[in-house]
Amino acid sequence: MSSAAMKSARNALVLIAGLLAAWQALYWFVGDAALRPPLVTVQYTARLMTTDAFWMHLSETLQAFAVALSIAVAAGLVIGFGLGFHKLSAQVFEPMLVAVYSIPKITLYPILLLAFGLGMPAKIAFGAIHGIIPVALFTLNAVRNIKPILVKTGRVHGLGPFEMIRSILFPAALPEIFTGFRVGFALTLIGTLLGEMFAAQRGLGYLLMTAIGLHNVELIMAVTLLLVVFAATVSAGLLAIDRWLHRHI
Amino acid sequence: MSRIAVYRVLVIAAAVLLLELLCYVGVIDRITMQPPHRILRDLALILISGKQNAAILKTLSNASIAFGLALFVGVATAVVLHGYRALRETLDPLFATYYAIPVFAFYPLLIVLLGLGDAPQIGIGFMLGVVAVIVNTLNGLDRVPRVLRKTARIQRLGTIETALTVTLPYAAPYVLTGAKFAVAYSLIGIIGAEFIMSRGGMGYEISFAYNNFDNATMYPLIVLILVVSISINTGLSRWEKLLLARRGQ
Repeated sequence: MSSAAMKSARNALVLIAGLLAAWQALYWFVGDAALRPPLVTVQYTARLMTTDAFWMHLSETLQAFAVALSIAVAAGLVIGFGLGFHKLSAQVFEPMLVAVYSIPKITLYPILLLAFGLGMPAKIAFGAIHGIIPVALFTLNAVRNIKPILVKTGRVHGLGPFEMIRSILFPAALPEIFTGFRVGFALTLIGTLLGEMFAAQRGLGYLLMTAIGLHNVELIMAVTLLLVVFAATVSAGLLAIDRWLHRHI
Repeated sequence: MSRIAVYRVLVIAAAVLLLELLCYVGVIDRITMQPPHRILRDLALILISGKQNAAILKTLSNASIAFGLALFVGVATAVVLHGYRALRETLDPLFATYYAIPVFAFYPLLIVLLGLGDAPQIGIGFMLGVVAVIVNTLNGLDRVPRVLRKTARIQRLGTIETALTVTLPYAAPYVLTGAKFAVAYSLIGIIGAEFIMSRGGMGYEISFAYNNFDNATMYPLIVLILVVSISINTGLSRWEKLLLARRGQ
């Protein structure tokens, strides 16, 4: 292991230890009404993971998330490349995308529910609208910042538009596009979970919402722990790939 | 008005007209969505009658408190963290993965800690916004030229004075970027929390109207939130550009 990797592993361990200590201390302070200590939560989570219902909710969430992420990435790439190639449309649409990026999309959930009904499509739509814009904005910037000499080289070789994207533009823009994917991944996950909290009868978000409604503290903590561990692990992995891409390309 | 601004207005007008047309023809039925001109009329009626003023005031004032706290605590934390390298490196993974974590899962905990008043909602808005401010302020502080820090030392300024008169003014455009995110996040936090569990506010009113098929209340309130968040965001972006332009960037 290189010294930098050692250092970041050590940092992560210190951070996790610190968070666990803070959690335990908060438990001593708050008591059983709102919290369970780390050990009890882990035990409960392990037990939860042996039930069939949990796996049903998890697979429902993962399906919705996978579809939402695919839609967000595909649509984001199309919008980003489309605007990246056409300067005028980029000037017209980019500020609009930024404005839409900044709106609290959570307010749109009733509209999506009315449009898609209660269930899978609404969750997917809710996840996808969170992810599309970051992917599009990062892709747009990536395409715009490609060195003109690369494009010229492609033209000298007589590449058609698809060849041009496949062998020159996409590889050149990849690090930035990946950053967009990383941000889009996180936001789509949150969007999907929020969609499940408000607009579903299955999935981890729904499980969390019912637990909140019933004030089932163990279940709230277990689901939160799983979500936090999953989100943190995946984003740390994506962040590592992101940094590697930025260094090497 | 520049040519691009004209195009932008045309695109928005076309989108509104399209919605109007779809509603008129019946592709979008009345239960799903009112035509745009009805939404605007209903919004005017709501604002004139003042029946939603309490909810609007509650949500916007809570969001401002959450935003103010996030900005103040965020900037202060960033200034402190910037001085302690080891601590900052330990917290880095937390900041990098923070926005992949569904913060709403902590809402029940905050309700038990802070009671079922406005405090837990403000807490959620604050928690969502503060990290964006910290990260962006740190980014700005990293860019302060060495010569400015040296000048501060020559003038024998203390830590707080240096931050207030030298480093933070230099980092202002980056702090503004963080502030833009914090505006969006504090609104998301407050409204989301109002959706989940509360006794008032625009989020509560929207979800109440949704449950009662009361589109004449729901759509205007959603539009109002969108208009407020987009205007604040655009205003801050203008200011940010102005600051950068003054520095010749």
